[in-house]
Order: sequence, then structure tokens, then C-alpha cells
Amino acid sequence: MTQLTMAKAINEGLRRAMADDPKVLVMGEDIGKLGGVFRITDGLLDQFGAQRVIDTPLAESGIMGAAVGLAFRGYRPVVEIQFDGFVYPAFDQIVCQVAKLHYRTRGNVTMPITIRIPWAGGVGAAEHHSESPEAYFVHTSGLRVVAVSNPQDAFVMLRQAIASNDPVVYFEPKRLYHAKGEVDLEADLADAPPMGLARVAREGTDVTLLTYGAQVATAMDAATAAEDDGVSIEVIDLRSISPVDYRTVTASVRKTGRVVVTHEAAREAGVGAELIASVTERCFNYLEAAPARVTGHDIPYPPAKLEKHHLPDLDRILDAVDRVLDRPNSLTGVEL
Amino acid sequence: MTHTLNPLADLATDTDDVARLLTPDGERIADPDLERWVADVDTAMLQSLYRDMVLVRRIDTEGVALQRQGQLGLWAPCQGQEATQIGTARAFRADDFVFPSYREIGVNYVRGAKPADFVIAWRGEEHSTYNPYDINTATPQIIIGAQSLHAVGYAMGIQRDGTDQVSAAYFGDGASSQGDVNEALVFASSFRAPVVFVCTNNQWAISEPVAVQGRFPIAGRAPGFGIPSMRVDGNDVLACLAAMRWALENARRGNGPAFIEAVTYRMGPHTTSDDPTRYRDKDEVERWRRRDPIARVEALLRAEGGFDDAFAAEVAADADRLGAEVRAATLGATSREPIGVFDHVYEEPHSGLDEQRTWFAAYLDGFGGEEAAR
Repeated sequence: MTQLTMAKAINEGLRRAMADDPKVLVMGEDIGKLGGVFRITDGLLDQFGAQRVIDTPLAESGIMGAAVGLAFRGYRPVVEIQFDGFVYPAFDQIVCQVAKLHYRTRGNVTMPITIRIPWAGGVGAAEHHSESPEAYFVHTSGLRVVAVSNPQDAFVMLRQAIASNDPVVYFEPKRLYHAKGEVDLEADLADAPPMGLARVAREGTDVTLLTYGAQVATAMDAATAAEDDGVSIEVIDLRSISPVDYRTVTASVRKTGRVVVTHEAAREAGVGAELIASVTERCFNYLEAAPARVTGHDIPYPPAKLEKHHLPDLDRILDAVDRVLDRPNSLTGVEL
Repeated sequence: MTHTLNPLADLATDTDDVARLLTPDGERIADPDLERWVADVDTAMLQSLYRDMVLVRRIDTEGVALQRQGQLGLWAPCQGQEATQIGTARAFRADDFVFPSYREIGVNYVRGAKPADFVIAWRGEEHSTYNPYDINTATPQIIIGAQSLHAVGYAMGIQRDGTDQVSAAYFGDGASSQGDVNEALVFASSFRAPVVFVCTNNQWAISEPVAVQGRFPIAGRAPGFGIPSMRVDGNDVLACLAAMRWALENARRGNGPAFIEAVTYRMGPHTTSDDPTRYRDKDEVERWRRRDPIARVEALLRAEGGFDDAFAAEVAADADRLGAEVRAATLGATSREPIGVFDHVYEEPHSGLDEQRTWFAAYLDGFGGEEAAR
């Protein structure tokens, strides 16, 4: 095991994938000499050369469309979108081409494209640099969507995403880039848990807390705080949000009877809405209380000085835990 | 009120400012840029080009008829554009890779598409039929201009593989306004990718005349991206063949991308759902009918002694045979089983979709086979 930051773990994942398969290319803005604005591609240009580490013109649709063409040709492009809020110009190529070409061609053409997106807030960034657009991609059939929460998963799941013959949107929480963790760099990829499996990050008996990405760390803090209060929270790191591992999710909810979902993204028609709808369909008779969502507000991402009021923090999570436990909370006496 | 015409508007809509080798009357003329690229074209080759154009027009005629008879949901006619499509497509090598739009019937015919390949998608049975790798031609693209980037990416792959293949993208005058086409030109130029852009300027993007897309000839934009371009008479099959040979050779030699604007005319509606009488003059259509791409080759062939009744009858018989095959492929088409809607969404198992599929299969089974019969 090796201590690595998440940024370094992703870098090592790219390096390994490129070493394992000569068809793997990385492409994006500033990913060559600079090593990417977050240094995720640091050293790859020197090691693999400009034919495989491609600094592109500043045009996200162009990057994505060119990746489609490279995939047509048998390559496995790994596209870096510089920031979450910059992915929208590529949206048409992702939705109409990347996601649909395998279906359109009746399986004759595969799109093994990995779309890496430095993602979400909490880093005091300028507008368009802190967004959580994952629901758009979860809603798009043909894509797989994952969100990593720790260096080990970041390393393994990136390699799994690149090895997948389906397109994968891979969300990297910016505020965890410098968080360290143990990474097993030697383990065989075949022995790793499949990309689509959720992970019980902490076992508990009273409330199931579903989350993914950087919010896993906040959820774990909330669970620790709740323990002092005599409440046992089971935290599930979904890892994959398309598909969702409902086997793991429902097993937990059937045990606890109470469920809270938390994510940074806005609430309306978000991933939490889908999770709660699906959990309710599957576990209605096991539920002891109405499920609760703890999400970003339904607002454009606010200015950095105000983001702490937007991001669902430990206290907001515990407030929702109180709600599902029918203990006094911010909504006590409020008609929704 | 005074009305000032932007002088540049004349440039965009001037359909005579084009390079050509064959006049609308079928007179063979010289062009210093194009001439050498078709020096080998003899009477037999001309006959072959003529034949391809007639056959493609027949596929198109059959397609329109099948739509009118309710056998196809839609059809996007290519009448008038046969020279652009056949002339450029005949310049390819089999191992070049083509990214067509939905109207490139003639291009796909040359690439090796079979009768069913022209109709099954328009009938709504499948989104595509042929395997793109069988004829090195992508599934026709419906999103305007999106395929231009795919062609560039494919060409970047060719560069990495070190072969002398070329990729090509076909799109229209309307697509020239799309960001994707402009980004494709930027990428192609930046990477010197071996890709050829063929802009079929058929004067109309549904109801919008080409002047709405720009006030300057489309071919004139490419040099600004660092890409050499040619503006040719798109109703002149020899000019189209010559220009495409130039562009492909340029790319094959490692000189990077090239751009061709083929100035032609969409004689029919945008699709069978369109009504062009609402937005364009009969006179304009008649003017273009006199510039018909097939008639001028026939005139040249007659002048060269390469067109007699026997040849005409032979081509007509081939066209009839192909038309009948297209019709048979349409009428003989079968639909996938209902559960087939789930096929190929993903290449690998997806627990969420697999669950829906399992449910839908059970739901269908509940009808005891009646659903399939419905």
C-alpha cells in the first residue's frame, strides 16, 4: 500500500492505463506540458509523448467530437474537461453521439471514452468552476456515471472506466484532490470490486445515509457526530450513480428503515430524487419515516464567499437525520 | 426608404463563380487547377459515372414514392446533387473512411451500401443497418455538422497509426454555421489531420437560403483556418471528381486537411415533410433544372460517341432493377421483437437497465404472445 493524494492516485491510474494499452490516449486543454490545471496529467507527456497526450484547441465540443472519431478508429480516449462548468459546450456530442452511437449502430461501433470532470465546489472558485452537473448525465442512457471519494477508488475506478467498452463520465471531487489515502498500486484490476458496486463506508443500524463523491467525507463526519448522540448511521458511498447498486442500497434501508440522501447538486430532479423514488418503490413497507434529501439549494452556484451556505454540511445532514428519526428539527411544525 | 444590398451577399449566392470542367450544356472545358486530376477519365469512366448518377436518382425516386405510399416515414431527397455525391465519392479508396450526413445517398451507394441500407432507417425499423466497418462509412448523421468532428478525430487516429488513409466529412451549407464544423476546421488545421471536408452547398437549409448562413462563399472561410479550399460546380461530376482527388491526394501526402464547396441545388424538398413552394420560386427551380448534372454528362457522352440506345437501355434496366430491390427491401422489412428496444444501449451489463429489461420481458409475457401478434 502506498500513501497518495487523490490527485496523484488519478495520475497513477492514467499512467497505468496508458502503459497497459497503447490505444489509450489522453486529450484536453493544458494537459501536456502544464500537466493539467490540477496537475492530474503531470509527467504523462514526457512518458508517453505528444501522440498520446494531446493538448487540444479550447473547444469542448471539438474535444468530444474528436474523441468520438478516435473511438471510431479503435482508440480509447480519456478526455479531460478542465472544469465541471465547462462541459456544456460538449453536451451535444456527449448526449447525441458518445451515448448513442453504440445503440445507433446496433453494437457495431463502441465508444470506450472516459470523460474526466474535475467536479463540485468547496474550493472557493470563480463562477462555473464548482458545479455538480451529474444528473444530466445520469439521465442520459448509454452513459455510465461514477463519482469517486477516495484515492483507492480513484485509482481503480479510473482504470475500470478506461477499460470499459461503454462511455464513462468520471467525476473527480476537486476538494478531495489533496486528501490522502492508502492505494494498492500492485493489485490486479480483475480482483477489484466492479465499478458499479456501492460500498458500505460505515455500518450502522438507525439511518441509511446515501451519498457519493466529496460528500462521502461529510457524511462520515456526520455519522461520527451522530454516534456521540446515540444514533447509528450507515453510510453508503454509491461510487456509481449510473447504474446505482440498489442491491446494497435496499439491503441497508430494509435494515434501518430510514433513509437520507445527500449531494451537493441542486435538489430538483436530481440524483437524490431518483434514489428516493427507487428506494420508496423497493422498500416502502420497510420505511419508518419519509425519506429526506440534503442537497444544494435550487440556485445557480453562489459566489465563493457564500458557498458554505449552499453546500450541505454536517449540521444540515444531522438535521435531516433528526427529521427521519422524528426528533426535533428545523422542519418541526412546518407544513411542507 | 433606401435599400442597400451588401455587396458581399452577391458573392455568397453567386453560383457561377465556380471551377468547372463541364458546362451545363455538356461542353468539356479546361480548368488549370482541375484538369490534371481527371486526365485519365475516358469514355468508359464517363459512362460509369453517368450510370452511378442515374442509379442514385432512381434510388431517390423510389424513396420518395415509397414515402408517399406510406411505406417510409420520411425521405430526404438528393435529386440534383448526384454529381456532387458520385464525383467526390468515386475518388475515395476503399480503406478511406467517410462520415456522411443523412442526404448522402449517392456517397453511400458508391461506398457499397445495399438497397436495404437506404430505406430501413427511414422506415423506422432501425437507426442504421450496415456495419460502418464493412464499408468504411459511418452511419449517416442527423445532427447537423456533428460528423465533421468525428472525421477529424478519425483522421487523428490515422495519423497515429501511420497509414496513408484519409477520412472525409460531408455536410451542407446550413451546417457551415454550426460550431462543430468550425471547431472541426480548427482541430483539423491545428493537427494537420488527413481529412477532407465536403460542403454540399445546395442553396437551401430547409427554408433558409445560403445567404442567411453567411455573406461570403463558404469555401472562402477555409483559408482563414489555414485550410486550402476549392469551390466547384457541384453539378459537374468531373469537377467534383477532380477536386476530391486533389483534396485526398493532398491529405494522403501529409499536407493536412482540404475543403471543397460543391455548389449545387436541392431540386426537391428538404424532406418529404417539407413544402418548398412556401419559400422559393418555381423559376429558380426551373433555372437549376436546366443545369441538371446527369443531362450534361449525357450530352458529353453523345458528343464523344459514348451514348447510344443500347447503353441507355442497359442503364435504365439496371436502374429499374435497383429500384425494384429498394422497394422489395422496404416491403420485406421486418420489425425487431419489442424486447429488442433494449439491445445495444450498453456493451456491458448495466444493472439498472437490465432490471427494466427483465420487467418488460415479464410484462410482455403476460400477454401470452398476443403482444407480438398485435
